[in-house]
Amino acid sequence: MSDIRRLARRVEGGDLSAVARAISFVVDERPGSEELSSELYRRSSSVHKVGLAGPPGSGKSTLTGRLISYWRGQGLKVGVLAVDPSSPVSGGAFLGDRLRIQDHAGDPCVYIRSLATRGRVGGLTPTIFGAIHVLEAAGFQKILVETVGVGQDEVEVAHAADTVLYVVTPGLGDEIQALKAGIMEIGDIFVVNKADLQGKDKAVADLRRALAIGAEASPAGGWAAPVLATSALTGEGIAALGEMIERHQDHLDSSGQRSRRLKDQLRAEVSLYLARRISRSVEKRLTERHLSALVERKTDPVTLGHELLDARGGA
Amino acid sequence: MVEGTASPYRILIAKPGLDGHDRGAKVIVRALRDAGFEVIYTGIRQTPEMIARAAIQEDVDAVGLSLLSGAHMTLFPRVASLLKEEGLGDILVFGGGIIPDEDFPLLRKKGIDRVFGPGTSLQSIVDYLKEALARRKQATDGKSKARKIKEGAKAAK
Repeated sequence: MSDIRRLARRVEGGDLSAVARAISFVVDERPGSEELSSELYRRSSSVHKVGLAGPPGSGKSTLTGRLISYWRGQGLKVGVLAVDPSSPVSGGAFLGDRLRIQDHAGDPCVYIRSLATRGRVGGLTPTIFGAIHVLEAAGFQKILVETVGVGQDEVEVAHAADTVLYVVTPGLGDEIQALKAGIMEIGDIFVVNKADLQGKDKAVADLRRALAIGAEASPAGGWAAPVLATSALTGEGIAALGEMIERHQDHLDSSGQRSRRLKDQLRAEVSLYLARRISRSVEKRLTERHLSALVERKTDPVTLGHELLDARGGA
Repeated sequence: MVEGTASPYRILIAKPGLDGHDRGAKVIVRALRDAGFEVIYTGIRQTPEMIARAAIQEDVDAVGLSLLSGAHMTLFPRVASLLKEEGLGDILVFGGGIIPDEDFPLLRKKGIDRVFGPGTSLQSIVDYLKEALARRKQATDGKSKARKIKEGAKAAK
């Protein structure tokens, strides 16, 4: 048996150090990582994935900790992928989500992995899908993907999760914010966290009002995104949120949307893979001579791009 | 990350024991981030077991321990030996804090590769890590092609 296969078998046995190693293989794209990915993917099945998005400091990590407790209470094995931004300057990153998810440090049925975006915008890391498949293969029953604190139009998490929670806090803006395009469109459940702070009721009401307008304009497959208030600090509202997540999951199944979403996710995964592979192989052909020709305006970026793509097919 | 190019090294910075002074640890975190490392910080008051578990789950290349309370002779070696028990003895363990020079040799013997005292420049820590991790990577690369697939102690667990 090859080393890669052995690693795959250990992942399937739920060995957390093997899970950790396998995720490194996949996100670093080390030699053997593709063999590992296909090995794991073909032998596992998809798991309900919950995505957490929302601005920095809205309490996503603390909420993650609470949701882990909720699911652990139901006896489920939980895997968490927590993404924080890489520095565009140094390439380094400070991954601080784990600090807020300490209650489960000793629990062998909880796996938490911090990942850096490594240059990708959109709230996730390009190899997140591979990491998700490792967790699926390891037998986790809930997978939680926590995105970087995103801005307004970083909607990638919708391609990685079945149920997207969008987390805000009181005082972040009125219903006009909620009418804007982008992240507000992809939330399946809206969470007003830090409900222990002043202004919770207004924030909930504003969001509900804005979402009601949206629901009239474009009914979204029979699911009206609910707004819930939670306090990750005190635990208030967590059980209701947990139940709402289950209800959304049931809705995905009964409405037939589950497979639609899964296909969308797989389309995104394949297209990201193609984009990486193609740009890598084509960019290798871009030489100093080409760049000089562009500077001298002997050719143009589009024509050159075509030539490079064609050369790739021919050679 | 393009296949073949190096991914950033991953470092866990941890504070074992009871002292709550983590400004130093945070300064190190920041310096390492700016030097291109991916740094995980788990906060104050960690047990050696919590630190070892975080190191395993995060698949880090090195663990940096910060301690100012004087319990380093107990807690630092404990982290190193827990990692060894898990079959992860190749994770580099280093430390810093208020630690007397005379403790350095014994700590080294117990698996703490290097200890940095007060007044150490950030650059010297960055240089040390880059060099030590490159050396470690070369050694493991040489040992086997599938260097990071480890069997043994952990599999038996």
